[in-house]
Amino acid sequence: MPETLTYLATLKPVLLRTDALVFLLVIAIGGFVFYVRRHVHLREPWQRVFARRSGMAAAVVLSAFVAVGLLDSVHFREPLEQRGNDGEVFYSVEVLSLLDLALRPLKERSEKTYSAPFATHLYAKETLELPDGSKVRDYPRLLYGGAHLGDPEHERWPDILQRSSQGLINGTVAWLIFALLWVGLLAHHGSRPYGWMLRQVVAGRTALPWRTMLVTAGMIFLAVAWAMELAPHYHIFGTDKVGQDVFYQTLKSVRTALVIGTLTTLVMLPFALVLGIMAGYFRGWVDDGIQYLYTTLNSIPGVLLIASAVLMLQVYIDTHPELFETAAERADLRLLFLCIILGVTSWTTLCRLLRGEAMKLQGVEYVQAAVAFGVRDRRIMSRHILPNVMHIVLITVVLDFSGLVLAEAILSYVGVGVDPSMHSWGNMINSARLEMAREPMVWWSLLAAFVFMFVLVLAANLLADAVRDAFDPRLRRGR
Amino acid sequence: MLAYIVRRLLYAVPILIGVNLLTFLLFFVVNTPDDMARMHLGMKHVTPEAIEQWKADRGYDKPLLYNAQETGMGRLTETIFFEKSVRLFAFQFGRSDAGRDIGHDIAQRMWPSLAIAVPILVFGLLANITVALLLVFFRATYVDAIGVVVLVALMSISALFYIIAGQYVIGKLLHLVPISGYDGGWQALKFIVLPVAVAVLYGIGSGSRWYRTLFLEEAGKDYVRTARAKGLGERVVLLRHILKNALIPILTGVVVLLPLLFMGSLVLESFFGIPGLGSYTIDAIRAQDFAIVRSMVFLGSVLYIIGLLLTDISYTLVDPRVRLS
Amino acid sequence: MPRAGVNLLLGLLLLVAGCDDRPWNNPYPAAEDGQNILYASFRERPKHLDPARSYSSNEYQFIGQIYEPPLQYHYLKRPYTLVPLTAEALPEPRFFDAEGREVSGDDPALAYSVYEIRIRPGIRYQPHPAFARGADGRFLYHDLGPEDLEDLYTLADFPETGSRELVAADYVYQIKRLAHPRLFSPILGIMSDYIVGLKAFARRLDQADRELRAAGGHYLDLTRYHLEGVEVVDRYTYRIKVHGRYPQLRYWLAMPFFAPMPPEADRFYSQPGMAEKNITLDWYPVGTGPFMLTVNDPNRRMVLERNPNFHGERYPAEGEPGDAEAGLLEDAGRPLPFIDKAVYSLEKEDIPYWNKFLQGYYDTSGITSDSFDQAIRVGGEGEVTLTEAMQAKGIRLQTAVNTSIFYLGFNMLDPVVGGYGERQRKLRQAISIALDYEEYISIFANGRGIPAQGPIPPGIFGHVPGKKGINPYVYDWRDGRAVRKSTAEARRLLAEAGYADGVDQETGRPLVLYFDVTAMGPDDKARLEWYRKQFQKLDIQLIVRSTDYNRFQDKIRNGNAQIFIWGWNADYPDPENFLFLLYGPNGKVRHHGENAANYANPEFDRLFETMKTMDNGPVRQAIIDEMVDIVRRDAPWIWGFHPKGFALYHGWYYNAKPNLMANNTLKYRRIDPHLRKLRRAEWNRPILWPLGVAAGVLILLLVPAWFSYLRRIRRPGLTAAGEG
Repeated sequence: MPETLTYLATLKPVLLRTDALVFLLVIAIGGFVFYVRRHVHLREPWQRVFARRSGMAAAVVLSAFVAVGLLDSVHFREPLEQRGNDGEVFYSVEVLSLLDLALRPLKERSEKTYSAPFATHLYAKETLELPDGSKVRDYPRLLYGGAHLGDPEHERWPDILQRSSQGLINGTVAWLIFALLWVGLLAHHGSRPYGWMLRQVVAGRTALPWRTMLVTAGMIFLAVAWAMELAPHYHIFGTDKVGQDVFYQTLKSVRTALVIGTLTTLVMLPFALVLGIMAGYFRGWVDDGIQYLYTTLNSIPGVLLIASAVLMLQVYIDTHPELFETAAERADLRLLFLCIILGVTSWTTLCRLLRGEAMKLQGVEYVQAAVAFGVRDRRIMSRHILPNVMHIVLITVVLDFSGLVLAEAILSYVGVGVDPSMHSWGNMINSARLEMAREPMVWWSLLAAFVFMFVLVLAANLLADAVRDAFDPRLRRGR
Repeated sequence: MLAYIVRRLLYAVPILIGVNLLTFLLFFVVNTPDDMARMHLGMKHVTPEAIEQWKADRGYDKPLLYNAQETGMGRLTETIFFEKSVRLFAFQFGRSDAGRDIGHDIAQRMWPSLAIAVPILVFGLLANITVALLLVFFRATYVDAIGVVVLVALMSISALFYIIAGQYVIGKLLHLVPISGYDGGWQALKFIVLPVAVAVLYGIGSGSRWYRTLFLEEAGKDYVRTARAKGLGERVVLLRHILKNALIPILTGVVVLLPLLFMGSLVLESFFGIPGLGSYTIDAIRAQDFAIVRSMVFLGSVLYIIGLLLTDISYTLVDPRVRLS
Repeated sequence: MPRAGVNLLLGLLLLVAGCDDRPWNNPYPAAEDGQNILYASFRERPKHLDPARSYSSNEYQFIGQIYEPPLQYHYLKRPYTLVPLTAEALPEPRFFDAEGREVSGDDPALAYSVYEIRIRPGIRYQPHPAFARGADGRFLYHDLGPEDLEDLYTLADFPETGSRELVAADYVYQIKRLAHPRLFSPILGIMSDYIVGLKAFARRLDQADRELRAAGGHYLDLTRYHLEGVEVVDRYTYRIKVHGRYPQLRYWLAMPFFAPMPPEADRFYSQPGMAEKNITLDWYPVGTGPFMLTVNDPNRRMVLERNPNFHGERYPAEGEPGDAEAGLLEDAGRPLPFIDKAVYSLEKEDIPYWNKFLQGYYDTSGITSDSFDQAIRVGGEGEVTLTEAMQAKGIRLQTAVNTSIFYLGFNMLDPVVGGYGERQRKLRQAISIALDYEEYISIFANGRGIPAQGPIPPGIFGHVPGKKGINPYVYDWRDGRAVRKSTAEARRLLAEAGYADGVDQETGRPLVLYFDVTAMGPDDKARLEWYRKQFQKLDIQLIVRSTDYNRFQDKIRNGNAQIFIWGWNADYPDPENFLFLLYGPNGKVRHHGENAANYANPEFDRLFETMKTMDNGPVRQAIIDEMVDIVRRDAPWIWGFHPKGFALYHGWYYNAKPNLMANNTLKYRRIDPHLRKLRRAEWNRPILWPLGVAAGVLILLLVPAWFSYLRRIRRPGLTAAGEG
């Protein structure tokens, strides 16, 4: 443990722009949660969200993704072994994250080219030189995948089965510990006897569906433990064209998806809030101006606007190479910019909704009364109107999330998505298209991206449903 | 009514001006005409003179906004802004950076786009309404519950998967349709079957779910309860009352999309090799042919505004209570 | 849920398919079935079809069949041999001194060479409206007003066509067009250095064009201006006069730049209003060749049809050894062309193309690295054969090493990697060893390529195969083959360069290099990762600066790039066409030339000047060897590799032989449409049962729903509207 700490101390932290925003978001959400817990009227709809079993399950799955994304948002550069003449320390140009450290074996164990999931041999034949000097054309052994096996043909499946069951046992044990601790926490919190609480949870009679939560968490525990047991010895999702582990890529892509799904709303939120409320509150020429602004932006086809803007950013990056020390920073700026421009194209919907709501609120008696008392506009807007439109903001944010994750893939296909050097599901699908045409087909990249993306988007959609129903069953969004 | 339409049309003018200014800024700041010239002249043996001439040929050699060398109106009209942006208002798209007449291209490529967009809209609407009605009919049963989960699952899959899977299974494995391409006339049918089917399937997830909500909301209203109380059969209630009333928001929602059908679908068209406006745009983006992208942005905005106008009008037609103000 | 989709699909399919046994997935109209048509594709719209401007292979695939320069490459013979096309014979140069006295070819007073080209009489142009004359003998379409053009959108909309005999003046006219101020012929710069008076002529035309345009004119009549170096001798003869010796001119005479252009056509297309309708020479070629372009719809298809006025030509009767065994001489002496029509469909992506090829809808195909394993089996010794699946389909394979090179260049103006000091040279040599192009070829090109030992690819004079031809700075000759030196050797060189273990010994800072690329696609990511790994072997930190193509060009031109990848494809089979890429006065930054690395070595430049005008022979070879050795030592490029072209042909496709120089090969192709029809039907039987199964499953799912439905119908109004 102390070794880990001393190692961590040698690293040079790197705060990418999106990292900063991600942490800002985490802090904001933390503050929000704290605030909500203090206020009963805010807490109640949230309890409705989590009271739904699908909502609870979705939240658990999402938090697993968020954990991966956060790990991948702590960036740093490692020191190089070579030292300067005066002992000065230099840092590698490669920016790593905590996730990279955790997955270092996966990251570094790259093969030469394609290999199937759990394969021990490459997917393409090569000319091999036998010890006696003769040459054959055959599938070469992988450098890492299943390299511990002496006789892969016979040992592979027993080995996989054995490791799988080991992984599942580990997962079950970890989960049991977690579950029992959690029940203890619940019992402590509710001042109930432990046995009673346990029975309630098992029977599913608790106010919040803790049983669902624990079952979902259990599945995640099992999956993680299984992967932890197998991934160091096999490429569980195979390898790609240059032999990189697909499982690693898939996990790295989680952050990209989450950043696009969340930061987009974060960057557009201030504009939508301020302009929407102002338009609804002041009406008159302010309203006209803001309406004009969003109608104009709205009328430009989104993809075209995004394409033009991304191309423009690329020019900026190219003409100012001195501003970006590492490739990661450049890719990161492009990601951030993509979020911004996606925000610009999507803030109009929210702005319109807020304008309508603010207009309604402006006519409400207590607002009118405040106006009559000469309370300043800014105060009325922040004290009386803002809190009352927050549910719309929340619903929009949650609903937009899954759409944005899906949009990333499309944009990458069009060629205006994230940087090609960045891991993202869009980039993975894009290259998988070529792989599908191979015979025999290379299907694992596509499958891996599909499974992870599907689970994330499905969870997001389910949570969005729960949130929408809990906060405003009547609110319908136009398409 | 006429006065209303005229007023709405006048309102569109400043919006188009705004769009125009925005695109002008974007496009002439992004890539200087020099860059475009170099790219279009190819790789071998490009001389600076050729670049100058290329720019001159396409009118990119003029100043951006103000031409001090000209006199009178020429100071404003002999500029890139006037030539390239203002002329769009008269639908003079000019020539692409590769030298093609954009207007002619758009007129030709519009039809393939419509050939897949219209069936997608019609069949999509039919499929979505059918599925939604079924779910509403079986509401609060296992059919509804499973159905909703399936719909959420369907909409959680990226469009790219649908296309890749469709092409692979139907086109490559089963030999049922050509993998990609297009032809005029009735020959087009075999090319559009697969894209239409894929797009309809993709749309079912979100579309049906939305319609289901609409129907459910309608089903909760008083007149429906009254109808049921009168002893009307569930089928009659569904079709005569709920569907009829819910169709109004559905159809008006569709109206806003109508003009945009011309723009085609970017991804679908480029995957299936359909020579419509969608693939036109994608090609232009990839080749950085900004003259085309600029024209398409403008065209898209115009069509969007027409869509808004049509929506307003159709609202007043179906619901006389909405005043024309 | 997908019920609607499947029903729709089935219904439409039945409608489309009708009842005949024609494959459902045939993308072509039924009327074309069984016809003598060749099917190919184009990836993007050819930008220029004007022979004075066109300079890329995707354009030549069309205009090569339409325009006929005086010479051509023999289809079968190797090494590449020039033979007459429209000319009576290969022109032999005569040499003159500055006073115009004829001298011998090695006379030091030699100042000019004159090529006299005599064309065959009786060759006629394709039918074209530019030649159409009315009853009064006047041209019908040379004086069109806006109202005449109103209903005309393509060339086919002109009802009348005409033709005329090809004359020498047409060739002269085309050479003048190279200097046309509105055309920017890509070879004007090069040709101005050789053709006497071309530079001054271009200036004069520029001036004349300005005046013409100021006066509101459109057509710059080149026949009214005299070009000193090119003259018409008689109706069928013309002369080209070049400065000094320029043996490469004969190669140029086989390129479309020197094809004939009738002034009538130029006048016709120059009329106002034509360009707005895309009726231009760039769009509708007019030639004497075996084919003419009849449909030009860049959104879908381009069609070449047999030119009814073609002068006739016969399939060559002799080839190189082995051609007869390969069946390439079976058609010897038969009249060309064999096919009636060639249909080129727009196919932007590899995957659909490949699948359609396998289904029989394209006659030939290249192999992408993704389809490689499906098509090719590589034997133990690296020999390639088709897989059984391909052989079963009757597909045949041909391979050839392309006369091109993909290299990694160092910007010689860069302070770190550039320069001619021992330190920089060793750094470049170290990197040259570390970049394992054998691995690159095997990963990214499936072994389709050979690592380059120098700038000259095989098949070009000056290339030395075997032990004598290896690059001694990167390779050792062991066990009868070239073996790349070890990484340890590279690290040693790096240490000698003062960068031991990737650290600059003077400053103590790690060595960071910048790699400038244009990367957009997903495949590029893998490549860049590979490059990074290679530099990692030497502990060099590689930073990839990826930009779009424009910016990349800018960087190269301004000398801001550090390390970059670039390629060159031979214009003609002469080493000069490769070595000039390293010629100092051809530098990119200072002279806007093609020397992207900005390499300049006085000794190399001196040798180049001697070598370029020599005839092939041992003396030239010796000089080339010396030059190649200089650049190998300086290592301004990492030589990269020469790609190998693999082409697949269906069994019904005959007379296929890769010819990397000729671009008018369509006329030699023959196909068997009957066999093709049979195969297509056999390979594309629609498989319906999965749809049936899907429908069955759906019905099974719907049965319980149906019962539930009936139950509900019988209990009206009992269930309240739930929230769902």
